[in-house]
Amino acid sequence: MNNSIEIYNLKKSFNTVKALDNLMLTVEQGGFYGLIGPDGAGKTTLMRIITALLLPDSGSIMVGGLNPVKDYKELRLKLGYMPGRFSLYQDLTVEENLSFFAKVFDTSIEENYHLIAPVYSQIEPFKNRRAGKLSGGMKQKLALSCALIHKPEILILDEPTTGVDAVSRRDFWEMLSQIRENGITILVSTPYMEEAVLCDKISLMFDGKIINSGTPTEITSKFKEKIFILKTLHLREILKIARQMPELKSVNSFGQNLHLVVRDNLVEITEIESFIKKSCDYDFKIEPYQAGIEDCFIDYLESVENV
Amino acid sequence: MKRFRAFLNKEFLHIFRDVRTMMILFLIPVFQVLIFGYVIKNEVKDAKVAVLDFSGDAMTAALVSKLDAANDIEIVKTFSSYDQIEASFRANEIKAAIVFENNFAEKFNSKKTVDLQIILDASDPNLANLLNSYISAIANNYAQDKNIGAAKINVSVEPRMLYNENLSSAYMFVPGTMALILMVITALMSSISIVKEKEMGTMEILLVSPLKPIQIIFGKLAPYAILSIINAVSIIIIGNLIFGVPVLGSPLLLLFVSFVFILMALSLGLLVSNIANSQQVAMFISMFGLLLPTMLLSGFIFPIKNMPLALQYFSYIIPAKYFLTALKSIMLKGLGISYIWKEVTILILMTIAFIGISIKKFKIRLDS
Repeated sequence: MNNSIEIYNLKKSFNTVKALDNLMLTVEQGGFYGLIGPDGAGKTTLMRIITALLLPDSGSIMVGGLNPVKDYKELRLKLGYMPGRFSLYQDLTVEENLSFFAKVFDTSIEENYHLIAPVYSQIEPFKNRRAGKLSGGMKQKLALSCALIHKPEILILDEPTTGVDAVSRRDFWEMLSQIRENGITILVSTPYMEEAVLCDKISLMFDGKIINSGTPTEITSKFKEKIFILKTLHLREILKIARQMPELKSVNSFGQNLHLVVRDNLVEITEIESFIKKSCDYDFKIEPYQAGIEDCFIDYLESVENV
Repeated sequence: MKRFRAFLNKEFLHIFRDVRTMMILFLIPVFQVLIFGYVIKNEVKDAKVAVLDFSGDAMTAALVSKLDAANDIEIVKTFSSYDQIEASFRANEIKAAIVFENNFAEKFNSKKTVDLQIILDASDPNLANLLNSYISAIANNYAQDKNIGAAKINVSVEPRMLYNENLSSAYMFVPGTMALILMVITALMSSISIVKEKEMGTMEILLVSPLKPIQIIFGKLAPYAILSIINAVSIIIIGNLIFGVPVLGSPLLLLFVSFVFILMALSLGLLVSNIANSQQVAMFISMFGLLLPTMLLSGFIFPIKNMPLALQYFSYIIPAKYFLTALKSIMLKGLGISYIWKEVTILILMTIAFIGISIKKFKIRLDS
């Protein structure tokens, strides 16, 4: 199978800061690839190099069979790009924005309507509204429509769901899965780890490097330690107590719950329960849990810190 | 071409949708011409005039009373020496002084020609101009009444004051305002509109699109070029209809020179947009780097001849200086291209240089 994006040993520094450090990445044609990592991991820099907006310091890169350093002109026809910041004309209406990008790519809204229909149909009732007056979720849908209108081979989305409410975020990911059915390769970055499970392949990115790659299940199945979830109304108090238990490798809060990682499978639920009950009488409940991508990420970060 | 048209269309939408842009484009030019025009324009109304009469005969007495009787002139002082005139000007007591040479009546009758000198406060050029023609007219009328056609009163004019000695800027406000407004609209607005794309992040998308840099640049500049031409024409019309500022030379040449200046200003705007990364910075550079020099160092408000030498040399790199010289020549002196080809060539060369630098410096990527 052909690869849409092939990157070897890519390096990029801004002054003394290493943004990308020997980065390797392969995205298969038609793939739905997620780049997961916190802010500052280098996701945006990587995407800007792929879209030929930045030049790499060294390393090789192929996008859609072209080299973004040299063939950026041809590459522009093949790429759809949605930057992290909302970058459309706020003083133009929804339809004017879309029609502008269609014409710039020498096509029309009608010609590729089928492609953007799952996205655009949701904002079409507001097509005469100025883009600046749209809600965050609708802005993202418009930006996606504009990035898609010229039927790109490869769609690059830089944190499309950042700053968008939870419902719109789920909608957005569903639309992405619909779009890929047209054979469009999608590379999407996000800091929200739980979104990543929808991709066929993901890479965890940190400090300019890819620390782990594979399908979401591959990545989570690499997590060998036993992990429990603790539910309680007294999160902070119990967090403090649990962290004192030597058999627990890490205790972290995830939303309203705590995730407890057991060192070398040393202890079971009952032993943790009795350890906590010795120090307080708050109510809590511990259950077995399947490690998520975020657990893998934190596990990696803690192993790096301990070295 | 379709791409370019789409881009152009978008640019016009930006302009017509933004109230502030529209005000700057269409209201401010009109107001500016009207304000400059009315501030500079003065009616001759009871202008205070002094008389220095070396002759003191019946004829001069008759002329003085005729002048005093005129509605708009008031003879307030009679002097006996030039020094008194000077002092009176300095004290701002008079706007003009009339000097009769000695044996005025005798010379008039025998030699058929006699000198009458008018000394004017030229710091107020419009008033000085009006007073000059007014007094000359009265004197010549009188001469004709006295001696049918044969004798003449030679009126010589001597403007005084520290600056504006040749009175050339009587109508300068129209060319000056034109230079200023064309600079504002073209350089300031076009640079802001380009920088806005950078600031809003839309430049990132444009760079990733198949639009060529040259299409982006010309798409940005063309609307302002068109609107500036409209502005230039309306300024000339307002100046002519309301303030009587003449267009003695060829209107076509006038348009051509204005267009060259507009192109020059646009290329400057482009250069500013290359340097600036935010709209504020673009505004700042345009204000202090372009507008102030245009106003202060081009000869619009202060004549270049009276500036310190360093500033005189500096004025050579102010494009508006050449534009003003050319405009003055066409509008006020009625001169043709053969008299202003130097100015026009300099403006064209400046334009080519600025555009060259800008296209070369246009960033096809985000950094470097």
